[in-house]
Amino acid sequence: MLGIVGTVPDLQFPLCHGPARLIDGRLNIGGRDIPINRGTPALLAAALKAAEWMGGGEEVYAFLVGDIGVGEGSRKLYAFLASHLPELEFEALTFHYIQPDVDWHVKVLFAVESMRQRPILIADAGFMYAAKMSGQAASYDFFTPDVGELAFLADELAPHPFYTRGFILHQNNKVPDLIRRAYQHDNAPAHLVVKGQPDYITCGNQVVATVDQPSFAAMEAIGGTGDTLTGLLTVLCAAAFSRTDAAVLAAKANRWAGYYADPGPATQVIELIETIPQALAKVMEQYQKEKTHG
Amino acid sequence: MIGFFKKNKEKHEIRKDQGASADRGILVFEHTSDVIQAENALKKSGWSVRVMGPPPEIRTGCDLVIEFPLIEELNIRRELKQVRIEPLSVVPVTAPLLEPVDLFHSKDFGDFLMVRAANMKITVAKEDLTIVNISGGGCPDVPYLAQEMVGKTLADAPRPRDLGHTLCGYALELACEELRRKC
Repeated sequence: MLGIVGTVPDLQFPLCHGPARLIDGRLNIGGRDIPINRGTPALLAAALKAAEWMGGGEEVYAFLVGDIGVGEGSRKLYAFLASHLPELEFEALTFHYIQPDVDWHVKVLFAVESMRQRPILIADAGFMYAAKMSGQAASYDFFTPDVGELAFLADELAPHPFYTRGFILHQNNKVPDLIRRAYQHDNAPAHLVVKGQPDYITCGNQVVATVDQPSFAAMEAIGGTGDTLTGLLTVLCAAAFSRTDAAVLAAKANRWAGYYADPGPATQVIELIETIPQALAKVMEQYQKEKTHG
Repeated sequence: MIGFFKKNKEKHEIRKDQGASADRGILVFEHTSDVIQAENALKKSGWSVRVMGPPPEIRTGCDLVIEFPLIEELNIRRELKQVRIEPLSVVPVTAPLLEPVDLFHSKDFGDFLMVRAANMKITVAKEDLTIVNISGGGCPDVPYLAQEMVGKTLADAPRPRDLGHTLCGYALELACEELRRKC
């Protein structure tokens, strides 16, 4: 089972958890209908599409709460996870949009350490910010930053991307230097999947792969393309792939989803989510060929 | 009447000079949205204040504070009381504060223009300035702001400074301001 934790932009949405489903193009959890825009609903929808295509009946279990930035919903979710995670089992657990809160993050991480089997831990968005801010980045298996967020990870003093120092932000085109600096200050997990052109995948402090095709500049403008990548990664790293292979396949599939959606700067992420089955078929075919022919 | 405005302006110019040299303090608020409202109110009244990052000892998460001339604490508190915003505490500045990002990147897609501030990106159609996408960010007000703003023009869309609550929301406001300057 895969666990996905995040928020939805609706103050009235209560804390809820349960298996997520895609019904007629809408996300459904415990009978509640959620529109698929960007954010955690996009991540969940991408994960569900990928899990369905992969077969094997992998269940995607969601923990969601409404929060529009005030933080009240996020704190309820943190508290729930801190109390209940030790009773649960997941192959991979992905943390996403949430109000960054150092104290609550540490409590949740303690709860993860109490789980019978430690899941593969993936953090993106606000939860990744909290993980870095609390000095616990090394406890995670994956972070999925974009280049701006990588600069934040590389700045040992910045508590949020908003405070990344200028001399580090200026290194935008030197992603390997930023990666080195993030690891140097223990602000990176076992693996980074850096979303950019190209995407960089690390193992330890080494860049082990880059993915740059197919390439569409407009993908950077589309809200939610990082969320879909994290959703794909969640499913693939819980399947029978090495962590690096899972990251490379997720990065490739995300790009091919873009290819099949023919993206422009005004494309909406739901259009990419619809093409995930085609994209996975493409990258898995390539993967099998590479494995067969070395 | 004209005389009154002149006097008022002079008074604020003196304050501005004082702010550059006098000791500084920070106003700490419960929510980032309070900081944004307080900044709006104080700047409207001509105060020399800056939004900054809090020192590590009072940092909790998604934080902003307002730096101000410490000597003006009573006046500033009074001003904020009038708009019903109460700081949680006032702390003297003893070490350099983190400065918000002030670098903007823009990307021209032909018919569309994207501006990035820190981790937030906003893209508009050049023809009618309709917001077509908002991307980046990690705080929960980002999907909310995207939901409220995408599909509206830059002029008609609600401002992140009014709807946002976090540093990501504040960064989006800066990106919007930069777009307005460019378009």
